[in-house]
Amino acid sequence: MKAIKILLVLSLFLSTGFNQKLSFAQNELSAVDIIAKSRLAFYYAGDDMRARVLMEIINKDGQKRLRELTMLRKNYEEGGNQKYFMYFHKPVDVKDTTFMVYKYPDKDDDRWLFIPAINLVKQIAANDKYSSFVGSDFTYEDVSGRKPEEDSHTLLRKEKLGEKSCFVIESIPEEPSEYIKRISWIDETNFLPLKEEFYDKQNELYRKFEAQELKDINGILTITKRVMKNIKTGHHTKVTLQEVEYNLGMEDNMFSERYLRRPPLEWIR
Amino acid sequence: MDKIKILLLIIASLIFIPMANASELSLHGFLQTNYSVRVNDDNPQGAKQGNLILGEERAQIRASFYPQKSKIGIFVKSDFYHDWVEENLAFDFREGYFDLAEDKFGLRVGRQIYTWGLGDLLFINDVFPKDWEAFYSGRPLEYLKIGVDSLKLDIYSNIISAEAVVMPNFQPDDLSSVGRFHFFDPYPNIPNRELEKPDSAFEKFGNMEYALRLYRYIGDFDVSAYAYKGFFRSRGMKADNFNSPSTISNFYPELAVYGLSAQRSALGGVMSAEYGYYDSLDDRSGKDSGINNSQSRFLIGYQKAFPEDFTVGVQYYSELMHQYSQYKDNLPSAFAKIKQLHQYITLRLTKLFKYQTLKLSLFTFYSPDEEDFLITPEVSYNFTDNLLGIIGMNIFTGAEDNTTFGQHKKDSDVYVTVRYSF
Repeated sequence: MKAIKILLVLSLFLSTGFNQKLSFAQNELSAVDIIAKSRLAFYYAGDDMRARVLMEIINKDGQKRLRELTMLRKNYEEGGNQKYFMYFHKPVDVKDTTFMVYKYPDKDDDRWLFIPAINLVKQIAANDKYSSFVGSDFTYEDVSGRKPEEDSHTLLRKEKLGEKSCFVIESIPEEPSEYIKRISWIDETNFLPLKEEFYDKQNELYRKFEAQELKDINGILTITKRVMKNIKTGHHTKVTLQEVEYNLGMEDNMFSERYLRRPPLEWIR
Repeated sequence: MDKIKILLLIIASLIFIPMANASELSLHGFLQTNYSVRVNDDNPQGAKQGNLILGEERAQIRASFYPQKSKIGIFVKSDFYHDWVEENLAFDFREGYFDLAEDKFGLRVGRQIYTWGLGDLLFINDVFPKDWEAFYSGRPLEYLKIGVDSLKLDIYSNIISAEAVVMPNFQPDDLSSVGRFHFFDPYPNIPNRELEKPDSAFEKFGNMEYALRLYRYIGDFDVSAYAYKGFFRSRGMKADNFNSPSTISNFYPELAVYGLSAQRSALGGVMSAEYGYYDSLDDRSGKDSGINNSQSRFLIGYQKAFPEDFTVGVQYYSELMHQYSQYKDNLPSAFAKIKQLHQYITLRLTKLFKYQTLKLSLFTFYSPDEEDFLITPEVSYNFTDNLLGIIGMNIFTGAEDNTTFGQHKKDSDVYVTVRYSF
């Protein structure tokens, strides 16, 4: 993958002449290209990925609920189909529950839930993509991504967010959506989204995403701490990714009924 | 059996306690209170505590030990409870098994809970024992399923996978018991009945129960085929003369079931279909009124999720009796007459609020031929990650007193559960 990216940049560099700076090549990127690259960097990093995900769900009074899960993800094509497997460690009343998603960019997900107390594997109807993921401030779409074609994108400006140079992009959904406008601050160098603002139907800011910690994991820059905050209610969710690993060579059969019922222990610990 | 239970508990504690800090050990459970009160003051004969159908405090311990880099493991789940209705203290050894996981197969030996098939509270190829009394009295759903002493072999392959189960100790369904519920009895004047349970297969090998499930994807369809050989889990009846009996006994007739199921995403939701042929081995001719006739059972289900955490599920289910003319000709006058096609329509609505901490749900059974309903509205709330409260109702109504839900129409109840998980 890296080699292709280097070649791409190199060819752009060559085609625009030796005197031009690299940043010029990036200037040529359209808003939709930036969003597409950002989606790949954020949701499709590596061929597969494993992480322990800690979620702190905090209400306006500061009362905390915790979700802790191991997530496995495998990509089938860049920007295309993916499979997810999640094993819940916490809270204790859902411990050992597993959840599997086959994600298709062009149609509804297939989802399965395993309920250990009655040893039941159940295919469940895909939720609305704007419904909450496990009771957090993140929606299913926030967790698994959105196709660039679903919005029209405009590069508003370039600005620094702290030390980092960012593209600032406005995205307007083509079809009625939960929000009418999304503004994203995307790092110019690695295309990770560092901040996102969501505006509701009154055109008021109601939800804000922030990347708080980035780590280099085997050459793949990864957002390891992120927060989604509901500005109107103060309710927010902090997510920490631990023990992140990429390119583990996960096999396809990992994402099957067998492992829903008997989670692969060597992977979920 | 009790000796085996005690032995298992001792083995489990010997393994667990010295290793209490090891990461492979998991020790969890809950403390729970669960009450259910009949809303109507017309209590059944034998009611021990008036309107109180269920009143208990319960502790559950779940312990598992799966050593790292090992293929084996052990799991134990046991309850200890105090029952206000029977005024006793008791153990309920719910599950306990040894596990072996190999690359191409898995083996699980001990008491286990199984759930097969695609129905939501309607069971065709799920031939495993159920506790309907627990369900009707408003205990949490997991108590509908009873663990079975069994050996399960899983076989995994790319062509087809299989679950094969052998069960040596027959375990019947738990039906509504005397004193807790009203129920229809065709012969109320003959209260003393012997109950003949199949001997364990360790004593009589022919009593071994076998259940098999084969499954794979065919295109986008998740397809399973099932077979079972064993016994009906509901009672059959023997009498010297069904029209004016002087002695009656109950037993569990032999049964075989063959079935299929398929499921896939469709129409913006999930569609399921299931079929089962119930072969009543002791009464293939359909002449014996004390034994259920052979049947075909069908199910079609559809569930769909809507925005803002709202989910709808609907099912159509039917039982078609095969030797219906024999059944009619031999039906004693005291028995309730079942239609040749007995049907249910179910509806499930679920809506979540407040970041999924508050759940409102409704489940209804309706039988158009028996003209009866069971309606279960429920509210549950997670006060914290550990503390859950549930309040709900089971509303039984029906035109007659001798139908599945109609017989319990004086037993509509309100139930409350509070559970602290640790």
